[in-house]
Amino acid sequence: MTQTIAYNVLQLLFVMVFAPLYAGVLSRLKEMVQSRRGPSIFQPYRDLWKLFHKDEIVSSETTWIYRITPYLAFILPLFVTTLIPVLTDYPLAFAFMGDMLAGGFFLSLAGFFAVLAAVDTGNPYGPMGASRTRMVGFLAEPVFMIVFFTVSFVAQSTIPYIVQQKWVASAAAFFSPAHILLLIAFLMLILAEGGKIPVDNPAGHFELAMIDESKGLEFSGRGAALMKWGGQMKFLVLTCIFLNVLLAPWGLASGHALLDVVTAVPWILLKILLFVIVLVVIESSLAKLRLFRISEFLGAAFIISVTAMIASIFPLV
Amino acid sequence: MAHAQLSIAEALNALCVALVLIASFGMVATRQIQGVVRLFVIQSLLVAMSALLLGYDHQVFDLYALGIITILAKVIAIPWVLRRALPRDIYIRREIDQVLNIPSSLLLALALAIAAEIVVSPLASASVEVDVRMNLPIGLACLLIGAYSLIARREAVPQLIGILAMENGAFLAGIAIASELPLIAEIAVAIDVILIALIGGLLTWNINQTMGTTEAASMSELKETILPWH
Repeated sequence: MTQTIAYNVLQLLFVMVFAPLYAGVLSRLKEMVQSRRGPSIFQPYRDLWKLFHKDEIVSSETTWIYRITPYLAFILPLFVTTLIPVLTDYPLAFAFMGDMLAGGFFLSLAGFFAVLAAVDTGNPYGPMGASRTRMVGFLAEPVFMIVFFTVSFVAQSTIPYIVQQKWVASAAAFFSPAHILLLIAFLMLILAEGGKIPVDNPAGHFELAMIDESKGLEFSGRGAALMKWGGQMKFLVLTCIFLNVLLAPWGLASGHALLDVVTAVPWILLKILLFVIVLVVIESSLAKLRLFRISEFLGAAFIISVTAMIASIFPLV
Repeated sequence: MAHAQLSIAEALNALCVALVLIASFGMVATRQIQGVVRLFVIQSLLVAMSALLLGYDHQVFDLYALGIITILAKVIAIPWVLRRALPRDIYIRREIDQVLNIPSSLLLALALAIAAEIVVSPLASASVEVDVRMNLPIGLACLLIGAYSLIARREAVPQLIGILAMENGAFLAGIAIASELPLIAEIAVAIDVILIALIGGLLTWNINQTMGTTEAASMSELKETILPWH
C-alpha cells in the first residue's frame, strides 16, 4: 500500500519535473525545423525560476477568483495525473478515486476558473480570449465524450489503467479501424485542447488573436509561473493519456520493484520524444485555422470519433 | 475488439474500408476543388487496395485485374484528364458558399452512413462472409454520400466527383457480393468512368469559356445577351 502511494508521488514528480522540458523540446524542435537556432530546451525552467522570484501585482478590482485560479490551474492537472497510467502498468493507490470522466471534469474545472479569472480582471482582451476558449472547449467536449464511451465500452471499464490493459490487446488490434480512427480523433482533440496549430498559435504575442494564451495575460510573478507550469502540465497529462492509454501502451513498468518504475522513465520520455516529432511535423506544415473554421475542424473530429464508435460497437464495421 | 479472429487480408480490408468512409466525409467537407480531387484519388486507391486484398483472400484472379484497372483508370487517368481539361483558374478555385455549411454537411453525411448501415443490416447478418459485412454497408454509404455531394455542391467539378464517388461506392459493394463478376462488365464500367470524366471536364471548360463561371446556380436561365468578351 505505501509502495503504491510512493509510486503515485513518483508519478506526480515526473509530471511536475518534465512538463517544462516537454514544452522546451517542442519549441526548440519547431524552431530548428524552420532553420533557426531556437531557445535552449531548459529555457522554460529558467522562465519559471525568474517568475517565481518576481513580485506579484494584483489589481484591486479583482476578487478571490483571480487569486485562487493559479493554484487551481497548478493542482488540478496533478489530480488527473494520479488517475492515469504514467509510469506503471497496474493501478496505483489513487487510481480508483475517479475514472476518465473525473479526469475530464478536473481539466474543465481548471479551464472554467481560468476563464472566470480572465473575465475578472476587466482587461478587454481577457474576456475575448476567454469566450473563444470556451467555444473551442464546448466543441471539443462531444469528441471527448464519444472517445471515452468507445474505449470504455470495449474495455468494459472506465478506469484508465484497465482501459490501457485491454484496449490494444495485441499488435494486430493496433491496425483495427476503430483504433486508427480513434487515434485520429483524439489527436485532433489534443491539438484543440492544448492550443496548438491548427487551432491556435502557441507562440503568438498578438492579443487579438490569442485563444488559449489569453488566460495567462494578467498574471504576474508567482501567479504567472503557476499558470504557465499548469498549462504545460495539462498538455503533458493529455499526451500521457493519448500515448499510454490509446496509442502505445508499451514501455510501462510491469514489475512492482522501485527499479522497474525508475527504468520506465526513459522509455516514457522516448515515447514522448517521438510524439513531439510528430507534433512538430503537424505544427510546421499546417496553418492556423480561421476562428469559425475551428468548428469544422472539431466537427470532423466528432464524426471520425462516431465512426470509430460504430466500428467498434457493431463489429466488423 | 470483441469479434472473431480475422485473417490479415480481412483485417487490412477492414482498415481500407474504414479509411474509404473517412475519405468520403472529407470530400463533403473540403472547399478546394484540388482537395476534392485529391481525396477522390485517395478513395479510389483505397478501393483498389480493397479489391486486391479481397482477390488475395478469396483467391479470385479477376479481382486483382479489377484492382489494377481501377488504379490505372481512377488514380492515374481521371485526375490527369481533369487537370488537362480544366484551365488553371477553375482548378484552383474554392467553393465559398455551399447549400449547407460544412459542419451540417458532415453531420448529414454521418447520418447517411448510419442509415446505410441500418438498411443493409438484414442482408449483412444473413451472410457468413466477413468481407460482405464490411464492404456492403460502407459501399452503400459512399454511394449515398456521393449522391449528397452531387446535390449539395455548387461548383461543377465537385458535382462530377460526386458521380465518380457514387461509382466507387457501388464498386466497393460489388466486389464483395459478386466477386466472380465477369471481367468484361467491369472493364466497360471503367471505360465509362473515364469517358464521364473526359466529357465532364471538356464541358466544364466550355461552360467556363462561355459563361465565365462554372457555378451551377448561375446557369439556371437561358441567356440571350452577347457577352462582352466574345
